[in-house]
Amino acid sequence: MSKTETFKWNRKHLLGLMELSRQEIEYILDTAEGFREISTRSIKKAPPLRGKVVVNLFFEDSTRTRNSFTLAAERLSADVMQFSTKFSSVSKGETLLDTAKNLEAMGIDIVVIRHSAGGTAKLLSRTLNCAVVNAGDGYGEHPTQGLLDAFTIRQIKGSLEGLEVAIVGDIAHSRVARSNIWALTKLGANVTLVGPPTLMPPAVKQLPVKVSYSLDDVIDKVDVVNMLRIQFERLGSNPFPSIREYSHYFGLTLDRMKKAKPDIIVMHPGPINRGVEMESEVADGKNSVILKQVENGLAVRMAVLYLVNQASQELRNK
Amino acid sequence: MSNDLLIKNGRIIDPANGIDAAGDVLITNGSFAKVGGKISAPGATEIDASGKFVTPGLIDIHVHFREPGDEEEETIASGSAAAVRGGFTSVVCMPNTDPPIQDATSVEYVHRMGRQTRKTHVYVMGALTKERKGVELAEMGLMTRAGAVGFTDDGSGVQDPSVMLRALKYAAMFNTVIAQHCQYDSLAKNGVMNSGYNSTVLGLPGLDSLAEEMMLWRDIQLVKKTGVRYHCQHISTAGSVELIRQAKAQKLPVTCEVTPHHLLFTDDACADYDTNYKVNPPLRTAADIEALKNAIKEGLVDALVTDHAPHLQSEKELEFVASPFGIASLECALGLYVKALIEPGIIDWPALINLMTAGPAKVVGLNKGTMTMGTQGDVTIFDPGAVYCVDTATFKSKSRNCPYQGWNISGKIEYTIVGGEIRYNSQQG
Amino acid sequence: MKILLDAAQISNSLEYLAQCIAGAAGTGSDIGIIGIRSRGEILAQRVTKILAQKISKDVPCGTLDITLYRDDLNSPAGQEIPQVRSTEITFDISDKIIFLIDDVLYTGRSVRAALDALMDLGRPRAIRLAVLVERSGREYPIQADYVACSAKVDEGQFVQVKVVEVDGIDEVVVE
Repeated sequence: MSKTETFKWNRKHLLGLMELSRQEIEYILDTAEGFREISTRSIKKAPPLRGKVVVNLFFEDSTRTRNSFTLAAERLSADVMQFSTKFSSVSKGETLLDTAKNLEAMGIDIVVIRHSAGGTAKLLSRTLNCAVVNAGDGYGEHPTQGLLDAFTIRQIKGSLEGLEVAIVGDIAHSRVARSNIWALTKLGANVTLVGPPTLMPPAVKQLPVKVSYSLDDVIDKVDVVNMLRIQFERLGSNPFPSIREYSHYFGLTLDRMKKAKPDIIVMHPGPINRGVEMESEVADGKNSVILKQVENGLAVRMAVLYLVNQASQELRNK
Repeated sequence: MSNDLLIKNGRIIDPANGIDAAGDVLITNGSFAKVGGKISAPGATEIDASGKFVTPGLIDIHVHFREPGDEEEETIASGSAAAVRGGFTSVVCMPNTDPPIQDATSVEYVHRMGRQTRKTHVYVMGALTKERKGVELAEMGLMTRAGAVGFTDDGSGVQDPSVMLRALKYAAMFNTVIAQHCQYDSLAKNGVMNSGYNSTVLGLPGLDSLAEEMMLWRDIQLVKKTGVRYHCQHISTAGSVELIRQAKAQKLPVTCEVTPHHLLFTDDACADYDTNYKVNPPLRTAADIEALKNAIKEGLVDALVTDHAPHLQSEKELEFVASPFGIASLECALGLYVKALIEPGIIDWPALINLMTAGPAKVVGLNKGTMTMGTQGDVTIFDPGAVYCVDTATFKSKSRNCPYQGWNISGKIEYTIVGGEIRYNSQQG
Repeated sequence: MKILLDAAQISNSLEYLAQCIAGAAGTGSDIGIIGIRSRGEILAQRVTKILAQKISKDVPCGTLDITLYRDDLNSPAGQEIPQVRSTEITFDISDKIIFLIDDVLYTGRSVRAALDALMDLGRPRAIRLAVLVERSGREYPIQADYVACSAKVDEGQFVQVKVVEVDGIDEVVVE
């Protein structure tokens, strides 16, 4: 029997993992376990969101996350509407809320939002009546990524309790890092952030993590290494002198892999800058679980859409 | 008909003249005629101020009335109405309008609109540099002649030290004050809140305290060299307090001001991405609040100001990073200071009144903020004990971007009297 | 509370159901046993074990989670929805005779959901329903093919099947 059996999920929105308890995170992961099987069938569909409308409201390019959410919603029989735009609201003109309220007037049930500004998912959740799922807001959070990373590690290791996890790269501008920090530490893992000091957030010492400026110092000690994508477009003023120098210190090379534990798990949220964050041989190597992450992302997103819809339904009935 | 106004039985607090006593105040032909004791003036309009405090008219040397350019947010008329409702008989408008107040004509325009509104005295600071770009000096001389009470590029700081040095040197001709919004843009970058734990977990770009402190440090060195009066606007950090302390110890002509929000909120207030708490300088930490309060207690702070910065609701509904900075608090300022400074026992009433009257008047060189015989009869009468609820729906200001909505505060303004004329009366709203 | 079946009676009942299935399946047929989560899962495993001995052949057994197929998922009348768990059927159900096993047949709604869930997994040659207890109160037109115990139960009463694996005891009670 699952240990979360008596627990009841009651959040209508998934905005971030910082605000979730360990039990809530485990509940999502356990539920996701139940959704994995659907993708293995020849008829890859179940009916729980039949007649529901999910909108993918994407203000930032992200083919992968959008595809994953689309497929997840469709496998649960929801109707999915795509709304992608690079438009971002300024002081005058149509605002984000206008756009969202317009969509809501069409009778949508769940908004999945991706936006370049931190806090936008929360902003929508305060204003709209429908359920809101954060698909990444600025460098705030990317909760489903944090969940699928935790899910993938748990799947392989059985539990995260006591595991050593390194998150490597641009921590300061990474929502993936933030959601990972909350998910992994709440589930009992010890997280070390690795990267140049110029890519660490200002109050890194107040986070429940260790910090290292040397990948070489930690690579032989960790059970999991999660390599973040260097987002060239977000790095304003050069936080490091060159890509070459960055890769030299923080790239996951075959040489560094030789020092790692033989069963180290290598993760990357994608898309990979091959040759920057890691060499191709590592990305495609036996320790890499990058494709498993993508596969699990689907189950986690199905679970999230299902759960927020259930909670939203129950709140409406009350 | 008599032109006399007689305020009876109040507790008169006139810190500049060392008065804190029960008594009457007589204003004749717009000027203070008699202050203190029992006064009889047959035919005068009488106000019964029993149980109320009677103080020199409150002065706010840092407000944004948005005219010209953003009249949908505030106008000089609506801002003035808000001012008297907050007990302010004089305000100093900032020049970061659109276009900026950067020539004599604009200064005169602001004055004229203020006079026409017949609410509060409206003064203005001129832009320090043309278009507030921090490159070429604006016409300080002609604006001073038109009545500008100081110069600032408020909203941004002058980045280039050589320009700032030139501005201070040049200002020596006019016996005026140069005010600065201390912030190095290259350090502040695209920051929208205090840089720290909250900005880290919220994923919002941070504004480092150093951006404020380094410019203040630089400016103090320039003041040392030029000896010109310098006013640091809305200081927000413990580091700034320390710099002010050192400057004052060296007897430099440096003054500073503090806002209510920097005394009442830490950056925890931003945790819900509520843009009503987005303000520049940003809300800082508990340690900074502590330092600011201590500075006020020690007498290092010269003026309390609101930095009343009205914005449209539609702008405050934007994403946190896209929403403009600013809090509108002109109509509830006194009660906020009571909450921040009187209730916790940081300072007493005369000290508070001083920081809202004679203190700010001195910063901008106005002969105001006292009840000295013969000066203009500006008076604020308020009930120190009466508790009321802040309701933005009743604001005379055009904007509602006020995080104090629903707060119960005391220090209710009863009368605001400008030049012997009742410009606000709580009975009539 | 009244005990409807004790441990020995449950054991006999499952023996009986296994016997029915063995008879219906014959020797040559391709069959599969599927239990409906949660008590049906355990009953199905026990029946499968007995059946395998009877016909001296391994019979595939799986578990069906019907949560996603419930008709009250999005309905205001919905009960407390249990946590979604995995359907675990490792064999292909197409062209097999599937013996669906549940603990209690009451309204018929669970079986309706189970039939829909099975449709999404393949196209069985036939589906037969075997239950431990059948009671009155049907809301959908569904009947069992094999019933071990037919209980006379008043409306408002609740039949609860307990099994050693989960509840620590084998018994069926009426509350």
